[in-house]
Amino acid sequence: MAARIGVVRFPGTNCEFDTVEAMNALGGQGEILWHGDNSVGQSDAVIIAGGFAHGDYLRPGAIARFSPIMEAVVAAANDGMPVIGICNGFQVLTEAGLLPGALQKNRGLKFINDWQMLRVESTNSSLTSAAEVGQELNIPINHFEGNYTCSDETLAELRANDQIVLTYTPNPNGSVGDIAGVCNAGRNVVGLMPHPERASNELLGSTDGNVLLQSVLDSVGAAV
Amino acid sequence: MKFHAVIDVQLHPGIADPQGSTIERALPTLGFDGMSNVRAGKSIHLDIEAADAATAEAQLAEVCEKFLTNPVIEDAKISVVEVAGAN
Repeated sequence: MAARIGVVRFPGTNCEFDTVEAMNALGGQGEILWHGDNSVGQSDAVIIAGGFAHGDYLRPGAIARFSPIMEAVVAAANDGMPVIGICNGFQVLTEAGLLPGALQKNRGLKFINDWQMLRVESTNSSLTSAAEVGQELNIPINHFEGNYTCSDETLAELRANDQIVLTYTPNPNGSVGDIAGVCNAGRNVVGLMPHPERASNELLGSTDGNVLLQSVLDSVGAAV
Repeated sequence: MKFHAVIDVQLHPGIADPQGSTIERALPTLGFDGMSNVRAGKSIHLDIEAADAATAEAQLAEVCEKFLTNPVIEDAKISVVEVAGAN
């Protein structure tokens, strides 16, 4: 049976259908989860897609994290379900306290929309299990607030626990430690600023995102 | 009693502030010299009903912690003034 991937849609989310399409192309069964629902339904994994939830007012993710669906997402994450935050979804997960650190304005104060080389730093996460350490991936970024920030203590902890899963080569936005993606201590919750769904088909210019999305499908199998 | 609150939100002193740095770099090019340590935050103004100023401040500290700031990177300074003429 195909793994059911719930993709959360807030008002202002704009990457949910691309994400569903990319998951379906890999043999998953993507379905939209509405922010006002208080359950993740039959989902085996949850992806919080990119966009500008609630207009990014106050701070990106600050309002979205209080949506009814987020209570269910937090509970599912705590139960070990793979939960992935892409771009705005990463910001939502840090605001919700599911991931350490925060995303602030890019160092150059510019919105960056470009192809970006990434390096896989750890394969021990629900987003990178199908990849190889050191693997280089060409995946687009599209953000204004993607500059990952955390305290020195948190950074040391992330390094000691192998929680940095993806880094930028080179660093486009000033992120501490070149961090492009991190996971939680349980390794099932992962956030990343790049958009793997936008590198999921030759027509888009790269299929490098598929190894990450495939990892999510594999993680569902591993968890069941 | 009704109070008017001003909440000053700033990045923690140790956190890089790209907006503040950009403003700082722009100042001398516009002929404004001798200005340094620019930090750019935001202020949130609101009215609040509470029994007294201490209660208002306590409630605001809670809302800052949970919602108005991200404590990972931001600090809030809260000031409360009684609105004259309100009950």
